[in-house]
Amino acid sequence: MADPDEPVAPDHTRSARNRAARAEVLARVRTALADRPLAPEIPRDYHRHRELPAGFATVLDLLDERVVDYRAVVHRVAEAELVDTIATVLAERGVRTMVGPADLPREWQVPGVTWRLDGASDQDGGGALSVSDLDGADGVLTGCALAIAETGTIVLDAGAAQGRRALTLVPDYHLCVVHANQVVGTVPEGVARLNPARPLTFISGPSATSDIELDRVEGVHGPRTLEVILVEPSA
Amino acid sequence: MARTNPVTWLGSPTFPKAAHQALSNTQQRRNLRKATTTIRTKRANAVAELSDWEQLRLAGEAIKDDVLSNLDVYLERLEAAVTARGGVVHWARDAAEANQIVLDLVRAEGADEVVKVKSMATAEIGLNEALAAGGVTAIETDLAELIVQLGHDRPSHILVPAIHRNRAEIREIFQREMPEVPADLSDDPRALAEAARQHLRRKFLSAKVAISGGNFAVADTGSIAVVESEGNGRMCLTLPRTLITVLGIEKLVPSWRDLEVFLQLLPRSSTAERMNPYTSIWSGVTPGDGPQAFHLVLLDNGRTAALADQVGRQALRCIRCSACLNVCPVYERTGGKAYGSVYPGPIGAILTPQLVNDPEDKQAASLPYASSLCGACYEVCPVRINIPEVLVHLRERAVRAKGRLAPEAVAMAAAAWVMTDPKRYEAAQKAGSLARFLAHDGRISQLPWPGSRWTSARDVPEPPKESFRTWWRRNRG
Ligand code: SF4
Repeated sequence: MADPDEPVAPDHTRSARNRAARAEVLARVRTALADRPLAPEIPRDYHRHRELPAGFATVLDLLDERVVDYRAVVHRVAEAELVDTIATVLAERGVRTMVGPADLPREWQVPGVTWRLDGASDQDGGGALSVSDLDGADGVLTGCALAIAETGTIVLDAGAAQGRRALTLVPDYHLCVVHANQVVGTVPEGVARLNPARPLTFISGPSATSDIELDRVEGVHGPRTLEVILVEPSA
Repeated sequence: MARTNPVTWLGSPTFPKAAHQALSNTQQRRNLRKATTTIRTKRANAVAELSDWEQLRLAGEAIKDDVLSNLDVYLERLEAAVTARGGVVHWARDAAEANQIVLDLVRAEGADEVVKVKSMATAEIGLNEALAAGGVTAIETDLAELIVQLGHDRPSHILVPAIHRNRAEIREIFQREMPEVPADLSDDPRALAEAARQHLRRKFLSAKVAISGGNFAVADTGSIAVVESEGNGRMCLTLPRTLITVLGIEKLVPSWRDLEVFLQLLPRSSTAERMNPYTSIWSGVTPGDGPQAFHLVLLDNGRTAALADQVGRQALRCIRCSACLNVCPVYERTGGKAYGSVYPGPIGAILTPQLVNDPEDKQAASLPYASSLCGACYEVCPVRINIPEVLVHLRERAVRAKGRLAPEAVAMAAAAWVMTDPKRYEAAQKAGSLARFLAHDGRISQLPWPGSRWTSARDVPEPPKESFRTWWRRNRG
């Protein structure tokens, strides 16, 4: 057991120990580099953009296939069908309580489901949802920051319609809306669009493990079901 | 007296001796062979999908070399960026110092239990043991780490520490160690994953402090990336109030853009996926989202010693993907535990002795002989570490330090000699003499061939690289 009377340095980093350790590690680095190795030019001739693989007409087709490959579910819909699709999908799953970020679009909060929004002032009790609120919900609905087609990856950045990270982690089911203009082709295209100051979560399929005989099986601690609605502008 | 570096396990036998014991474990060899065969094929497919794979490797190599060449500059830059974003940066010269820093931080939070996401750096410094000695229980949350922890076992792979266990063995461990699992728990990996989920859920939801490692740290922005599969990482990085990240000082990349290279190289090399299920990236503290206290512990523990070696320093480019383990014929036969360290396989053979940095340590000095120099590891390494080159270099270094006719040097040279040639290896294996010969470190008269062949050589005999590689290709899978 930790001894409550044990004195703990209030600011460890300003301690003499930390200053000495810092100085020594940096000095060791400089000594180790006494031969002055030259930093190489970094060759950046890898592909920032790639042609679509054979058999894919659009980047959305590619994203669709790659997300499905991780055993997630993908629905392709026109903008006008989005709300109906959310209602159908949730009804089919028999979902009763959904959580979402405070700025979840009103029309996405379809009837027939109890919606509990994080940090929304008009909620019972108001304020942030507790971990047990999240644990008790049947699922979470969010948008995303962008999606990377080639790797079937959805990226959340706590921006519009996403909320804080815990929302998409604790519930066992994540329904995620991706708009066509949020889809990029490659990892470099995705990384270039992201803001590193925001907390980022890259999601490629439902939670999985390769720890048993190096074979991927779905469903460990994160949401075991990932469902994606891929929205194209209505004609 | 120098403090022992916990990167090697106390009392481990030298590699030839440990290999002898491991070779008699048929079940483990079968498990390993099955797992590594699967992953080799998958990796090859995942890599073949990217026509610019070689360019990505060259970029990865150059970015890491840039980091190493200017490590002092980038470390100071990272410290400034993390501090500016509300994080607290601590420096640790060695394992003991890092462990003390973490223990003090956990105590300051009043916690006697922490959740951990799998991290090589914390395994290297023996953090769990140090926390336990200080009255703090560390709960490993990665499935394979959990299997190792519950099996009272040691890790045998850097990515999948329980790779030596098959599904039936894992079911047995769970049934023995988890009171809540049903008696009819099946050995279906899905059922086993579900059991782990149930076992850890409450811990995640109530933990106050989490401890992680980091795959990459961006010097410019102070961003730390953790790459994982199960969501246990996200749980640790998101729910607790306080997060402590222990990071080897070589884990840096200079700028945000560099992640575009490594987020392609790492998943395809490690789990052979286009992308791993989850990657979390955060910079300092984000008000209202995730841990509200963030501590970054920068760890040396022998890294600067490796950095000083002009040939050996390339080992610090390693991104711990484990591809070199999965293709290594020696690793496949001996398993990871024979290396006596949390870093087994080809990378362990070059990294561990450099981190230990003690010519008197026979076990560490034996590791560079745990190789046939076939070169398969170099071919798959996403950051192009020339492992065979470093192995030969470290053998020379060990020999210079010890005198090459010291009994253990002779035995190790012999081990290398037999591992080097497929015919010798096959013959030795057929005759059942390999295990016998490996057992006798230093008993020259018992070796199954004339001693003159290797005792007179300047170093291990030049390996017939091509023929071994061809042989291995034909025989693997
Ligand atoms: S040495 Fe290369 S192949 Fe081996 S684990 Fe490190 S990065 Fe991967």
